[in-house]
Amino acid sequence: MLKATNLHYAVGEKVVLEDFSLSITAGRFIAMVGPNGAGKSTALRLLGGELHPDRGAVTLDGESIDTLSPAQLARKRACFQQNPSVDYPFTVREIATLGRQPHRQGLYESNQDHAVVQGAMTDAGILHLEHRLQTTLSGGEATRAHLARVLAQEPRLLLLDEPTNHLDIRYQQEILQVCKQRTQEGCAVIAVLHDLNLAARFADHLILMHDGRIAAQGTPESVLTPSFIRTVYGLESVVWKHPSGCPWVVPLFDPSERDTNNNDETIAMPRAVAH
Amino acid sequence: MLRGQYKLAFIGLAVGLPVILVLAAGLGAYYIPPWNIPWILWHRAEEDGYRVLAYIRFPRVVLAAIVGASLATSGACLQGLFRNPLADPQLVGVTGGGALGAALWLMFVSSPVLGSWGLPLAAFASSAAVVFLVWIIAQRTNANGMVTILMAGIAINSIAFAIIGLLTTLADNEKLRSFTFWQMGSCGYATWPLTFWTLGLSTLGIAVLLRAGSSLNALALGTTEAFNLGIAPNRIKRQIIFGCALSVGASVAASGGIGFVGLVVPHLIRISVGADHRWLLPMSALGGATLLVLADLGARTIAMPVELPVGVITALVGGPCFVWLLIRSHKETAYA
Repeated sequence: MLKATNLHYAVGEKVVLEDFSLSITAGRFIAMVGPNGAGKSTALRLLGGELHPDRGAVTLDGESIDTLSPAQLARKRACFQQNPSVDYPFTVREIATLGRQPHRQGLYESNQDHAVVQGAMTDAGILHLEHRLQTTLSGGEATRAHLARVLAQEPRLLLLDEPTNHLDIRYQQEILQVCKQRTQEGCAVIAVLHDLNLAARFADHLILMHDGRIAAQGTPESVLTPSFIRTVYGLESVVWKHPSGCPWVVPLFDPSERDTNNNDETIAMPRAVAH
Repeated sequence: MLRGQYKLAFIGLAVGLPVILVLAAGLGAYYIPPWNIPWILWHRAEEDGYRVLAYIRFPRVVLAAIVGASLATSGACLQGLFRNPLADPQLVGVTGGGALGAALWLMFVSSPVLGSWGLPLAAFASSAAVVFLVWIIAQRTNANGMVTILMAGIAINSIAFAIIGLLTTLADNEKLRSFTFWQMGSCGYATWPLTFWTLGLSTLGIAVLLRAGSSLNALALGTTEAFNLGIAPNRIKRQIIFGCALSVGASVAASGGIGFVGLVVPHLIRISVGADHRWLLPMSALGGATLLVLADLGARTIAMPVELPVGVITALVGGPCFVWLLIRSHKETAYA
């Protein structure tokens, strides 16, 4: 469905992304993980057509995304960006309804559009706040309102940049589960996630980014190893198993050992981890 | 906000405006009972009453209505485009440009060749030229930024007003007085030809602006999100600047610089009804028309037979009401 080959992107002298290739088919869930500034969000914005690569190409259903109009793109893919906000007193329902914009016939929504919005708000767990103004919402509630908008867009490709920001641990699971369900309906999902364990739980393919390059990719089990995590994050860890069978990364970081962390060879095993 | 609420408020405004128009046409130095107006117009009865209505009052209230509609719709669009609640038509240089043209005309040309058309023509031409200049500068600096056009507008505006300041120091008392009055705004220049021209140009501009409602909703999320929802931000920007230049340019040319309406009316509607631009824009048009017809009524009746500048009325009465509403709504919704 979406295919990116050898994307290269620089801002001035600084190369943000190099040799980034990715291909996703319907029904797949890819998570991009990596440290701050690794180029994850840039990669996502290139895939969504908002930024244009200096070199390389992105194709959606075999067509170069540069040849698609914004409206054509919007009918195929939806993007969730970090810290979404809306100016002016829009209600949660109005925000979610914005997702129907690319599909709507005429100036106002049809009953079918409203039904889709209703479903998206239910999925995002925000239906009970439908008449609240965005300005009165908490961070997590606002995130869910905007996720409802993205879901209401009924995309075949869902690009999510840290969709679990500001969410409590229950909603983190629920929102990603909703996205997972969409993959069963034929949607492809690419999500930038910071939480390695959430990524391992929900994605079937992980891309570990480091300094603008793909450091490792594959199944969660093959990517989330102590040695990859050490190279990319400079952090010692052990990898356990979640009761569901997927890997569970436990960072071994002791604040009192901070000074010695500079030297990778001599990291001491923190005492606190023993129990 | 519920859809029903939007509809209800819209219908209220749409029914209220004609009533207010007729009411305002009746009141004034020569009083005509409003309920007699349809009868007088239909039968061309009451020689004097008919004349006053047909040649003085109606061109004037219609002009006030279309100017109010232009200012408020443009204000709503620019606030949406720039995502800035302080935006109003002055920002893209329309008002500054118009004032500059008027000042140049009054102080240097003032020739009787074009009759009463000279001033509005000069104001319209100069406001169009200034908006165009702002647009060119914004395009050169950054093709996609909304902020650059705002800053270019502010810069060009201040240059325009600096030149106006220079001109006023050179002007004699009489010219200065007529320019100052022009600048404070008045619907008293209305004649049918002037009203018709303004009506035509402004309606065209407003029609262009009304088409932007649904895109402005997406733009409220920011340029990037709007693009992700299928909007081409640059196209919408062109559309809005063009619509504002046309409608406000014609309005400023006909009635001078009337402030406040463009800023306040959209806010009143957002606070009391909702923010969906598909409703906000037409409701701003109706609300702005209503407000300015009422303000103009006040301007010519409060200190009869002396006429006050209508811009003074809009600011004096509207200002405190607006502050009160802001404080109240801030408590309730944490908006603005």
